[in-house]
Amino acid sequence: MNFLSLFVLIPLLMLFSLWLAKGQKGIRTVMVVGSSALLALAVALTVKFISDRAGGAAEEMLYTASFVWFEPLHISYSVGVDGISVVMLLLSGVIVFTGTFVSWDMCKEYFLWFTLLSMGVFGFFISIDLFMMFMFYEIALIPMYLLIGVWGSGHKEYSAMKLTLMLMGASAFLMLGIFGIFYGAGGQTMNVVDIANHTGGAQIIEFSKQCIWFPFTFVGFGVLGAMFPFHTWSPDGHASAPTAVSMLHAGVLMKLGGYGCFRVAIYLLPEAANELSWIFLILTATGVVYGALSACVQTDLKYLNAYSSVSHCGMVLFAILMLTTTASTGAILQMLSHGLMTALFFAVIGMIYHRAHTRDIRQLNGLMRIVPFLSVAFAIAGLANLGLPGLSGFVAEMTIFVGSFENADTFHRVFTIMATTSIVVAAVYILRMIGKILYGVNLNPEHAKLHDAHWEERFAVICLIVCIAGIGLAPGWLSDVISDSVAPVIDNVKSVGHLLSQSNPFK
Amino acid sequence: MEYTILILLLPFLSFLFLGLAGKWLSHRASGMIGTAVLAVITILSYCTAYEYFTADRCADGAYATLVPYNMTWLPLGNLNFDLGILLDPISVMMLIVITTVSFMVHIYSFGYMKGERGFQRYYAFLSLFTMSMLGLVVATNIFQMYLFWELVGVSSYLLIGFYYTLPAAVAASKKAFIVTRFADLGFLIGILIFGYYTGSFSFDFVNNLQMADGTTPFIPCAIDKAVAAGGFIIPTALTLMFIGGAGKSAMFPLHIWLPDAMEGPTPVSALIHAATMVVAGVYQVARLFPLWVTYAQDWMPVIIWVGVFTAFYAASVACAQSDIKRVLAFSTISQIAFMMVALGVCTEITTGHEHEGSIGYMASMFHLFTHAMFKACLFLGAGCIIHAVHSNEMEAMGGLRKYLPVTHVTFLISCLAISGIPFFSGFSSKDEIITACMAYNPAVGYIMTAIAAMTAFYMFRLYYGIFWGTENRKLHEEHTPHEESIMTMPLVVLSIITVGVGVYTTLAGFGMFEGYSFGSLISADGHDYRIHFDTSVASLSTVIAICSILLATYIFKGETQPVADKMYAAAPRLHCWAYKRFYMDEVYQFITHRIIFAHVSRPIAWFDRHVIDGFFNFLAWGTHALSFNIRTLQSGRVQQYALVFLIGVLILILMIL
Amino acid sequence: MDRLNELINIILGIHVDMTWFLVLSALMMFIGIYGFLTRRNTLAILISVELMLNAADINFAAFNRMLFPEGQEGYIFALFSIAISAAETAIAIAVMINIYRNLKNNFVANLDKLKW
Repeated sequence: MNFLSLFVLIPLLMLFSLWLAKGQKGIRTVMVVGSSALLALAVALTVKFISDRAGGAAEEMLYTASFVWFEPLHISYSVGVDGISVVMLLLSGVIVFTGTFVSWDMCKEYFLWFTLLSMGVFGFFISIDLFMMFMFYEIALIPMYLLIGVWGSGHKEYSAMKLTLMLMGASAFLMLGIFGIFYGAGGQTMNVVDIANHTGGAQIIEFSKQCIWFPFTFVGFGVLGAMFPFHTWSPDGHASAPTAVSMLHAGVLMKLGGYGCFRVAIYLLPEAANELSWIFLILTATGVVYGALSACVQTDLKYLNAYSSVSHCGMVLFAILMLTTTASTGAILQMLSHGLMTALFFAVIGMIYHRAHTRDIRQLNGLMRIVPFLSVAFAIAGLANLGLPGLSGFVAEMTIFVGSFENADTFHRVFTIMATTSIVVAAVYILRMIGKILYGVNLNPEHAKLHDAHWEERFAVICLIVCIAGIGLAPGWLSDVISDSVAPVIDNVKSVGHLLSQSNPFK
Repeated sequence: MEYTILILLLPFLSFLFLGLAGKWLSHRASGMIGTAVLAVITILSYCTAYEYFTADRCADGAYATLVPYNMTWLPLGNLNFDLGILLDPISVMMLIVITTVSFMVHIYSFGYMKGERGFQRYYAFLSLFTMSMLGLVVATNIFQMYLFWELVGVSSYLLIGFYYTLPAAVAASKKAFIVTRFADLGFLIGILIFGYYTGSFSFDFVNNLQMADGTTPFIPCAIDKAVAAGGFIIPTALTLMFIGGAGKSAMFPLHIWLPDAMEGPTPVSALIHAATMVVAGVYQVARLFPLWVTYAQDWMPVIIWVGVFTAFYAASVACAQSDIKRVLAFSTISQIAFMMVALGVCTEITTGHEHEGSIGYMASMFHLFTHAMFKACLFLGAGCIIHAVHSNEMEAMGGLRKYLPVTHVTFLISCLAISGIPFFSGFSSKDEIITACMAYNPAVGYIMTAIAAMTAFYMFRLYYGIFWGTENRKLHEEHTPHEESIMTMPLVVLSIITVGVGVYTTLAGFGMFEGYSFGSLISADGHDYRIHFDTSVASLSTVIAICSILLATYIFKGETQPVADKMYAAAPRLHCWAYKRFYMDEVYQFITHRIIFAHVSRPIAWFDRHVIDGFFNFLAWGTHALSFNIRTLQSGRVQQYALVFLIGVLILILMIL
Repeated sequence: MDRLNELINIILGIHVDMTWFLVLSALMMFIGIYGFLTRRNTLAILISVELMLNAADINFAAFNRMLFPEGQEGYIFALFSIAISAAETAIAIAVMINIYRNLKNNFVANLDKLKW
């Protein structure tokens, strides 16, 4: 048994122990032990991965293993990781770990679904089989419905329904895309690496077929990555979700989208990616600016952050579509950075909401004096969001912009410049929010006696801040790990680049 | 010179320590820690400067550019994002300026901020600011500059909003950050263009680069390649970067944040919004100066005319303000514009005995240095006054010379310096600027002389308004204004620097003795340039300055001010316009709130909720409606089913037959 | 079997034409269908169903006699069907009695307790 499978086995064990666990204490013990184990495993994997790479392990995917699961369709349980999956696993580990502490007072059923969701996420990132990826994607999706529908707030049924239906619709697209790729490549293997390298019986997918299946896969994953105009599930979903679920959702689940776009759409359909990227580039660049501008006039903290996520996740897909190594490295960094800072943001918003019972910007004032710890954490999250140097957002955004600028034609340049304007707009909405809710004097007597964060909340928040600052201060090693793994994919795309965008009318 | 890394690390550690542990520290302890760290890095900076300027010059007569430390922080494809330390004459000079003023402000704040809530936080932010500003000036590449550029922006934001319970402070901090961020967008795009075409972000074009052992070498900056790719590329990149610089240095029309930034504590205004951060734009242009003069000579008039207009605009607004900090703020804008103009009037560097063409570079840096000292002194003096009378408005003041003798003298010295009176530092630097302008184009020179006259006028209007004129006795009876020694000590130090530099350079400039002058250390081509005044320019500007001072004395010195009142009466609208800063803020307000918020963001948000979301809701609703209609077929009534069944059977039979 | 045919002929004493059997069964069938579609009382519906069944039985017997005079499958099937319909009627009536006990009527339109 491959040790990567532990990422799926530990959540399974956690599910089983949760089922047996008695009392809040038992549940907490199981969750803390389990999520710490996952985090430790992710950290160990990262260390091992870096040392193995340094030691000369040059395969595209390390620690691969494969077991045939369903012979007639060539579905196998295949796992393996490269630099991108490693950092995504690390991110998931951190978010699940902190999410556990944030949802400290929740009941057993909640944690069951929470753990199942984590299992889906971890499974997705270790899989290199198309079908397994799809299966874990669905596993991660379904618990979301219950978590929001049962433990959410506001229009929770509506939001849960909307979120699930839109994502299910997307997975219908995705499934078509995946089967399209599978049969396009000869129907002999579902293994991503094999299909990409035309080994193990896979053939080169015909160009015309690629052009059909690329939109399906890209949109299928793109919906989860909040691609404009399929992003509307995200504001409602996030606004209604309980705190830790928002964290997990914005922090990790939305990253499944970006990761999938890169790993499946770009990696397996390189010619179509060259040919059709311009359409999606227009959409994502629009989304980046559009999300930022809509965030400016929101009055609900969670809506504001959700629109800001639309903008930032748009940036991820935007960077992936730039099809340069640096930009794609930036995209992965942005996923990591956005995952951490949005998780922090949602965590703090949730904590404030839990205390003040409102998320309306107009009703919150002067929190800095009342709950200083939460306020400072909130301000840090905000500053990370607007790309303050020294925190993770800056690193990711700058990598993306420099990478995007490697495309020398006017078309890419115009959109790059369009995307850069979002950092100004980000400053507007973040500072407006900070100015309104943290600064000033509290006018609401009900809010005067709010208590500051508990120890478990402090612990979760500090963990996230340390990660954000860590990436922001020392991004070099991370960038190396990622760009090593991004390079083969982009080289693959570049090598077929002679077809570059025949259909783009803007050229 | 490896110890220079400490100049950056120590304030950063101090920031972390004060920021994290400040809660458990007493005011006194945290202030002491912050100040002690500053003292150490001030000493280190002076050591660096001493060691740097006493070292031998290179073969071509210029100082070497040392890079004691450089490392790749973030690899970006073929480019590298480096962090390091670059020492050349201007960065070393900036080290001196920043650490000196910052140290003075640290000491001063002990008195000014005494007992304020958030004292520890204040010192933490000061450390953060000092670190960022130092990082900015020693940047080895344009991207490092941008990184610290953003950090000083944030420190400025945090410090302006220090009194975060006051709505005005919150609004001002937000405005400062957003306006400069908007300008930084230009900077960023400029950097991207520059980096892409030259293949490097490094300041590799400076003279006599000497990398220390063990540092990551710069990626060479292939400017020729960029020029080959298109002659407009480098100028475009530089102009875009200049937009960033104009934002930070409060050039028109991006100046609107600076007057509002005066909502912050006064020492902060002295440090950030007078002496150091606001000159970052000037510093940036100076840093990229070799590129400007070589590749973008045709675009330099942009700098000149932006500068000239800003200088004039700010000076005219300063004449009408009643808040003393606002007057100083506009005077800062005007003076920074002087520095910008001085950089703009430079022509190609020719290594020869006459430095006519590039004297402006030296003059600009010189003015930066002298201005930092006397403007910090003015602001700190204003702080003493505000501390004494608890108001920013000139109406609350008047006749304060009896109560605040030390402040009075130092304030007067600084006013004389900024007005350009001989034997005060401002004279020497401003005179050089005007000389440079005259050499470029006499029209610019005369305009700048006129603006210098306006400077003298409004500064003395301020001076008389505070220390002479009508005393607000009622207010002063309630609490007698007094000064504290810890707050006056920095004033004395700064005015000693002002007078010392002034006397020395004036005497040297008029040829009383031969000696080093500022130009020996910093000049466009790095050669030893001895400042010597052009007598006609010097006499003209001095006479004009004295005339303006006399005029101001005539109008504002008396207990009653009949002339001033008559002038207000004669042109009430002009005064009102100037007082309202020609309604620039309203224009911005209109653009942001009325246009961007109301006509872009709101419709987009509406579009999102109603059109895009509406479409998906429509899909859901459509599915639901369809199901609802089909549902009647499944009525559960057996007889209806049977009828349908029967009809079906009949149809089938008919079809078969 | 011949003997049985003869017996029928002797008993009836006449030779009935095939057409009459079919007309009778068709009439019964359509009366049954009409009743099934229009009656509201479950009992009446049951009776209609029985009519239709019997129409089918008549056809079994009639066609058996016309097509395979020496075979008996048709008669046996008719008997079989009668037996089943008797059982079915017993159950149906039992159900109806229960429905009547619960609902105090047995109109078919009221039987919607299990809907939704």
